[in-house]
Amino acid sequence: MMAWKWRWLLVALLLAAAIAAPLGQKSYIVYVLTSWLVFAIAAMGLNLTLGYAGQISLAQASFMAIGAYITALLTLAGWHWLIATPLALLACFVVGLLLGYPALRVKGHFLAFVTLAFNTLVFLVLRNEEWLTGGSYGLSGMPRPDLGLFTTMRPLPFYYFTLAITVVAALAMWGIVRSPWGRAFRALRENPIRAESLGLDTRRITLLAFAIGSAYGGLAGALVTSLVQFIEPASFGVGHSLRILLMVVVGGAGSFFGPFLGSGVVILLPEVLRFTEGYYLIIYAVLVIVMLVYAPEGLIGIGARLKAKFFSRSQVRADMSQGATLK
Amino acid sequence: MSQFLQVLLSGLATGSIYALAAIGFALVWQAAQTVNFAQGEFVMVPAFFVLIGMGFFGMPFWLALAFGLALSMLVLGYAFKKLIVEPILPHGGITLIIATMALAILLKETVKEFYSAEAQPFPALFSNAPMNFFGAAVSIQDILNLIVSLSIVVVLTLFLNRTRTGRSMQAAAQNPAVAEILGVNVKRMVLYTFLINAALASLAAFLITPVYLAKFSNGETIGLIAFIAAIVGGFNQIRGALVGGLLIGVLDNLTATYVTAQYRAALPLVLLIIIILVRPQGIMGTSEGRSV
Repeated sequence: MMAWKWRWLLVALLLAAAIAAPLGQKSYIVYVLTSWLVFAIAAMGLNLTLGYAGQISLAQASFMAIGAYITALLTLAGWHWLIATPLALLACFVVGLLLGYPALRVKGHFLAFVTLAFNTLVFLVLRNEEWLTGGSYGLSGMPRPDLGLFTTMRPLPFYYFTLAITVVAALAMWGIVRSPWGRAFRALRENPIRAESLGLDTRRITLLAFAIGSAYGGLAGALVTSLVQFIEPASFGVGHSLRILLMVVVGGAGSFFGPFLGSGVVILLPEVLRFTEGYYLIIYAVLVIVMLVYAPEGLIGIGARLKAKFFSRSQVRADMSQGATLK
Repeated sequence: MSQFLQVLLSGLATGSIYALAAIGFALVWQAAQTVNFAQGEFVMVPAFFVLIGMGFFGMPFWLALAFGLALSMLVLGYAFKKLIVEPILPHGGITLIIATMALAILLKETVKEFYSAEAQPFPALFSNAPMNFFGAAVSIQDILNLIVSLSIVVVLTLFLNRTRTGRSMQAAAQNPAVAEILGVNVKRMVLYTFLINAALASLAAFLITPVYLAKFSNGETIGLIAFIAAIVGGFNQIRGALVGGLLIGVLDNLTATYVTAQYRAALPLVLLIIIILVRPQGIMGTSEGRSV
């Protein structure tokens, strides 16, 4: 029970830090913090697919694109952001179902290949269908959401708006992961054969995880539309999908707070390593590979390991910690 | 009709080069459970090894090719297995896949920063002169590319099926435990597979780079096509990857000429989804009969 109290206290402190962080900062810093939250949402969704359901998706950036373009087109047509965004989420969810259905029918990492090819397709559509998407020039001038008394036109209010959305999204994810569904995701990752023999429809659960994860990508996209107020196909290429995937892995796939940490590292590291200029991505890729060799469970895992080293708790039956496994 | 023949032949030529990359990808997948997402970059890098050999060490072209092949086998074969696959494979397949994705970024950015971000000309192995072939103007380069890569596939198949080492490699891939008991040095066979993959990738590089120019981002397209070719053909068979590669090469050219040039890059996705829905084990593959 104590551990839970401490955890809630930690969450409250982090939230307080997130509220205080942008105060008195330049608008560029506020922008960087906002994009951290946006990518944290995208990474949270992918974490459900990768960390809980154990499938690789390389299309998170294209779901961001779908969310961003639908929100942009609807808000440009005069709809309110709060009405346009749920529609964008629904579209991402449906596309996720349609894409995941064939890919998850077969064993192996087929979803990775299907999503990789899908990302290319979305990029092509955005670039070629100029009548709808503005082609390579993209779309610009999207209004930010106006909530009556609280207008988000300036960077700081928009940051708080994004923070509120992030908290809601995180609570929803908390609910999903703790629900019977979420436990089924976990069962699936730990031992798919056992999960199936216990009567779980593993295929349907994985498909749902992927579709919900895709909808989170769409939400991040809807926020990008209002944050940058300019979207173009090049912001949603395969490279960006890979970047979001690495955020999840760096933070710690399958842990709830991993995506926040991972996206923070990936967004802030370029600022820290600015002096290395073009070599930044080389350094980053090497760091990721080294991390995967020595600590595949990510930064959260490293933290847990350190904690266990300094504050070790006595364990009554260490051999039971893993549960029974069939070899 | 002559245009059709022309499109078909040049599609077969590029397709046979894709097949080399796809076969290497499938061999490594089979032998070491390694889904190598850096396979495209493995085809991009050897071309730069050759350029370094010529520009930096002043080698003649033929020597630079040998240098590129040897260096690729050392770096993309031996070092890849020892430094990345061996330490990460015990952490699970997904972790390894992600490591190869990071490796792809590393290779791409290293070439971009240390060599050049611009496309580099690459000397052609064969003349590009057109040749009259039943009324179609076909370049000699295309014909020779097709012949060379098909010969490589034939040699590889003979090696795997007719030599002791080759059969040991197949045994090690199919059932490592039993192969070990029967006296096969499984670790060494897996290493051979990685070396062969690096060699196939560099041969594909030497054939395709004169067509596409050497550029750091070449791997993105080649990689995607190699994966899809291996899956579409049925990745537990060499001839599957070959059929997949040829099919994609031809369909890609036909799509670009007769259907749509704007959406030709969408072809792999369409093909992949059709195959998964209709014949998930691939055109030449045998069903594995398990869904989890």
